[in-house]
Amino acid sequence: MNASASLPTSAPAARRGGGFGAVLPWLLLALLAAFPLIAPHFELEYYVGFVRRLLIVMIAATSLNFILGYGGMVALGHAGFLGVGAYTVVALVDAGFSSAWLAWGAALVVTAAFATLIGAVSLRTRGVYFIMITLAFAQMLYYLGVSLRTYGGDDGYGIYTPLSLGGWLDAQPNAFYWAVLALAALIFALGSRLAVSRFGLALMGIRDNETRMAALGFPVFRLRLVAFAGAGAVAGLAGALLASHNGFVSPSMMHWTESAILIVMVVIGGMGNRWGGVIGVGLWLTLEEVLKMYTEYWHWPLGLLLIAIVFFAPRGLAALFGSKGERA
Amino acid sequence: MSLFQAQGLVKRFGGLVATDNVSIAVEPGEIHALIGPNGAGKSTLVNLISGLLPLDAGRLELDGVDLTALPPHQRVRAGLSRCFQVTSVFKGDSVRSNLLLAAQAHAGSSFRFLSRRAGEQTLMETALGLAEKVGLSDVLDRTAGTLPHGVQRKLDVALALAARPKLLLLDEPMAGMGPEDSLQMVALIEKLRAEAAILLIEHDMDAVFQLADRISVLVYGKVLTSGDAEHVKGHPEVQAVYLGTEATA
Repeated sequence: MNASASLPTSAPAARRGGGFGAVLPWLLLALLAAFPLIAPHFELEYYVGFVRRLLIVMIAATSLNFILGYGGMVALGHAGFLGVGAYTVVALVDAGFSSAWLAWGAALVVTAAFATLIGAVSLRTRGVYFIMITLAFAQMLYYLGVSLRTYGGDDGYGIYTPLSLGGWLDAQPNAFYWAVLALAALIFALGSRLAVSRFGLALMGIRDNETRMAALGFPVFRLRLVAFAGAGAVAGLAGALLASHNGFVSPSMMHWTESAILIVMVVIGGMGNRWGGVIGVGLWLTLEEVLKMYTEYWHWPLGLLLIAIVFFAPRGLAALFGSKGERA
Repeated sequence: MSLFQAQGLVKRFGGLVATDNVSIAVEPGEIHALIGPNGAGKSTLVNLISGLLPLDAGRLELDGVDLTALPPHQRVRAGLSRCFQVTSVFKGDSVRSNLLLAAQAHAGSSFRFLSRRAGEQTLMETALGLAEKVGLSDVLDRTAGTLPHGVQRKLDVALALAARPKLLLLDEPMAGMGPEDSLQMVALIEKLRAEAAILLIEHDMDAVFQLADRISVLVYGKVLTSGDAEHVKGHPEVQAVYLGTEATA
C-alpha cells in the first residue's frame, strides 16, 4: 500500500474554472442582448424570434439537466410540465387577464404544485419504473389537454393579443426577447450556483450512491422531491414563455416525444454540466433549422449526430470543451 | 441500562426466517462482536438495525430513544451510524469531497441553495479532523475510487464517524484485507472505542478475539450464545459450528 504517492488529479480542471471560463457567460449574454439591435442591419430579423425560442427551450433543458444530470433522475415527462405552464397561461388569458408577469408567475406556482404531487408518487420508484411512471403522468396531462374543450381540446388555443409586460415595455418591440434572455440568464446562473451549493452537492451524492447518502443521514427523498418540484416549476415557466412566444398552445407540446427530445438535447450537450442544456439546445435546434432548408429528411443527420455523440463524446459536447464538471 | 438494545428482532423472507427473535445489547464503551458462519443472517441483522430493511417484529432502542419506526437517515441522526461490508464511498470524488459531504450531513441543513459550500470553513475543519483521525490526511486530493482497498475501507469508517455516533455499526471492516491492512484496521477500531460503542460484525477471528469485550454467535438467524472470548472459544456448539460439520466460515 502506497497511499502517500498522490497523483496530480483535478488540478488542471480547477485552474480552467477561472480565466476564459468565467468571462464566457458574460460575453455570450452581451452578444445575445445586442442581437436584436444588430440583426436588422444584416437582414436577420427572422432569427430574433428563432433565438428567442432557443432561449426558452434552453430554460426547459437546463431544468431537466438539473434533475437528470445532477440528480440522476431520468424523467421522461418533462414536456408535461411545460404543458401545465402553458395551459396556466391559457386559463388566465381566457379569464381575461393580460399581464405577462402574472401569467408567468402563476405558471411557476401551478407547475410547482403539479410537480410536487407527481414527484411525491414517482420518486418512490427507481430506474425503469421511474421512467415509465413519469411518462405515464405526462401522458395523462396530454390527454387532459386533449379533453379540455374550453381551451380548444385537440385543436389548441390561440392567444391573439400578446401578453402585456407593463408600461413603456409594451411599446418596445424587443422587450419580450430581453425578458426571455434575462430569465434564461437567471436560470443559468441559478443552475450554476446550485451545483456548488450544499443542496446541489447532496443531490449529486444521491445520484452517485443513494444508500450511502441515507446512511450518512441525508433526507434522500425530500432532497430529491425538492429538486424535482423546482425543476418542474422552471419547466412550467418555460412552457408559459413558449405559450407567449407562439401565441398558441396545443396538447401536442406535451406529447412524450417532446420529453424525449429534451432528454436527447441534454445528453448531446452534456448531462451534469451547466452548459449541457445551452449547448444541446443550441446545436439541436440550429441544425434542425439549417437542415430543414435543404432537405425534408432532416431527422436523418440529427440521428447520426446523436449516434456519433454517444460513441465519441458519451459525456456530451460540453465535456469536450474541457468545461469542468462542477464538482467541488 | 444498556446503551443499545435490540429486542426480539424478526425478519422473514417468504418462508425463510432470516432473523429469528434476536435480542442483542451493547453497553457504553463496549465492543460487542457478532460472529457466525456464512448465511447466519449477520448482514440481514445489520440492515435491520440500520433501517435498510423493515422489521417484521421487534424493537430497537438507542440511549433511551425508540428507533423502531425511524427511517435510516433519522436513525443516523439519533446516533447510530454504520459502515458497509462492500466499501461504500463516492468513488468518483476526492477523499476531501467525500469527507465534506459526510460533514455536511451533520452540520446544518442541506436545503441551502445559493451559497457556495466551498466557503464553509467549519465543514472543511470537520473534514480534515476526520481525515486526521483515521489516517487519510496524505490522500485528501486523491480520487476515492483509485485508492487501495485498505485505504477505501478507512474512508468508509471516516464517513460513518462524521455523525459523531453513539453506536458504530461496523459490517466486516476487515473484509478482503491483507494481513497488514487488517492490523491497521484493528488499531483504528481500538482507537475508536473511546468515541463510540461498537457493534462489530467480522469474519476475522483473530481480530474479534483481540478487540471484543463480548461476542455473540449467530447461527441460522438465532443467537446461539453470548459471552467473552473464553466462553465462546470453549462453547461446544460454537466449536461444532466452526470446526465441525460446517467448518467453512
